[in-house]
Amino acid sequence: MTTAISVKNLGKRYQIGAAETKFRYNMLRDVLVDTVYAPVRLVKALVGKSDRRANKNFIWALKDISFDLEEGKVLGIVGRNGAGKSTLLKVLSRVTEPTKGIVTVRGRVGSLLEVGTGFHPELTGRENIYMNGAILGMKSAEIERKFDEMVEFSEVGQFIDTPVKRYSSGMYLRLAFAVAAHLEPEILVVDEVLAVGDAEFQRKCLGKMNDVAQQGRTVLFVSHNMSAILRLTQEAIVLNKGQLIKRAPTPEAVDFYLSSGQAETGERTWSADEIPASSEPFKPISLRLKDKNGNIVDTVRSTEPATIEWEYQLDAPLTGLRLGMYLNTMRGEYVFTTFDTDDAKQYEQFGTRKAGRYVSRCAIPADFFNEGRYYFGVNASSFGVKRYFMDENALSFNVDISGAPGTQWPELRQGPIRPRLYWQIEKLG
Amino acid sequence: MTEPTKYEPTTIYINPSTGIAALNLRDLWTYRELVLFMVWRDVKVKYKQTLLGMAWAVIQPVMTMLIFTFLFGKVAKLPTDGIPYPVFSFTGLLPWGLFVVALNQGSRSLVAHNNMVTKIYFPRLILPMSSVFAGLVDFAIAFVILAGLMIYYKVTPAWNVIWTLPLFLLLAIVTALGVALWLSAINVQYRDVNQALPFLTQFWLFATPVAYSSSVISDKWQILYSLNPMAGVVNGFRWSLLGSGNGPDTALWVSAAISILLLISGLFYFRSMEKTFADTI
Repeated sequence: MTTAISVKNLGKRYQIGAAETKFRYNMLRDVLVDTVYAPVRLVKALVGKSDRRANKNFIWALKDISFDLEEGKVLGIVGRNGAGKSTLLKVLSRVTEPTKGIVTVRGRVGSLLEVGTGFHPELTGRENIYMNGAILGMKSAEIERKFDEMVEFSEVGQFIDTPVKRYSSGMYLRLAFAVAAHLEPEILVVDEVLAVGDAEFQRKCLGKMNDVAQQGRTVLFVSHNMSAILRLTQEAIVLNKGQLIKRAPTPEAVDFYLSSGQAETGERTWSADEIPASSEPFKPISLRLKDKNGNIVDTVRSTEPATIEWEYQLDAPLTGLRLGMYLNTMRGEYVFTTFDTDDAKQYEQFGTRKAGRYVSRCAIPADFFNEGRYYFGVNASSFGVKRYFMDENALSFNVDISGAPGTQWPELRQGPIRPRLYWQIEKLG
Repeated sequence: MTEPTKYEPTTIYINPSTGIAALNLRDLWTYRELVLFMVWRDVKVKYKQTLLGMAWAVIQPVMTMLIFTFLFGKVAKLPTDGIPYPVFSFTGLLPWGLFVVALNQGSRSLVAHNNMVTKIYFPRLILPMSSVFAGLVDFAIAFVILAGLMIYYKVTPAWNVIWTLPLFLLLAIVTALGVALWLSAINVQYRDVNQALPFLTQFWLFATPVAYSSSVISDKWQILYSLNPMAGVVNGFRWSLLGSGNGPDTALWVSAAISILLLISGLFYFRSMEKTFADTI
């Protein structure tokens, strides 16, 4: 099998910080001021007080990346925001040049880094198809050949001769994607284009990308949508802070990405000045979200159970204390409220809590949440008597539904709950 | 179901470039259709949703010519080598119009298309090039007006206009392109170009013999004056169309040499800065 893409020790450095923002447009005035201050800087350097701007002003967006990709394979690229995924695609698309290393590419590269680049609002849909196709590298003969297919795919039909500025955002996206999707390069590079558009659009995009993959082209696919990655790719690489930290068959790589020490969040600790004096004798310590293995995470898989634990301290015995948690969606809608003494047995046993350190753990069942982002609010109170402590936005987390029932269709389902319900299908006669 | 076109894959090496970047004209040839598309798009968009449409390509030079005729022809009575002032100034305004397009649209072309520059690969040369070529369309329209003016004033060109005019048109394009390449590349990093442009355009207009004849410049300043590449272009146009002026003399050769130098150096500068465009734009 021939290698389509070979990346060796790839590095890309960007200039950031003071140098970037202050001198971004490099006004002559700034250059002059800079020149005037040069002797000052020289003196400072001699005295040993130089501000070492060399280190502060550069960031390596990509650090020593090496991998090979065979022809016909579909590779997923995952990583947190800022990991370097888009930069890698830009280098592969020759939009930007590497600082170090070498990339060998065999075949034409078609890039879908953004949908609708080159569209001009004054031109009609028809004219924009030709324009966009030409920009993406298609010859006009090729565009003509595929014109009807593209129009059909975009479902824009009768509006094809109206200026694009009159289109709805959905039509615009569909048309833009239609053109880009009919690129037929040997290597296709796609960057999170599924992040925009409604559910219908996403479904279409995924379908088309699947077709492209089936046709035997080499595809590189960057996405935050783990379901899409799992569906379309065979192998995936995980990038973190510019480095390639894992390459594995997709399920393994996705698992690694979701659970690998992304534990900077997933825990909320309250410092002394965040706790009002009125909360005495109750003192919250920390709130943690843990996955099934006990790791502190900020993303849980809906197919696995999770635990929320709240650690706190009582400086004096308290009667009637109850610790509550409110779950909200990111849009602020309430999902549920739960208290640690909701259960009658707990209520009896912990009617009075003696002084000391405690933890209240809540077990979140598997197959409960729908995908999305949620946040917990917490509250420690004594019903009808006093509210000791409250934090309305204590901890946020993400739910990933890869592998959940129904994810064989890449569609967005509404609602915060996605329970696993049992269906029985029976043929009657 | 479309068949993937049979294509023998070529291998491309992507690595940090060192030294002077090659001109890479082959890549440009592959993208030749894009140049045409962009010119077509620029022209179409310019006059969309306008009442007067293409008439605007005529109105500007005609209005300028009328103002010049009044101010410099009638009031100041500047010498025009015996040619009626309207024809004289309009002949100068023709290549000048092309140059203005290069100055204004050309120098802004990269920054104006920054979303394309940062997301898609294509030879960036196409952007200033298509701005200048779009100017040629306006040139063609204005040329028709000039022909009308010449007929009206009964000014006839010599026979050699058949080959001298295209030659000077080529020189005009070379000059416009050279300036557009330099300015567009510089503008990416130093946006001062945007600020300087209105002033630069005005200054350059007066430094070029559009409203007046370059014969008013005293001999000792002629060589310095001819360092302005547009001086050669305008004088060349006047000589080939109207027969005025000295024809190809030292001044003209100096101007032409400067134009060619501008283009070649512009190409190299542009190509060497090209790799930084996506990062600094």
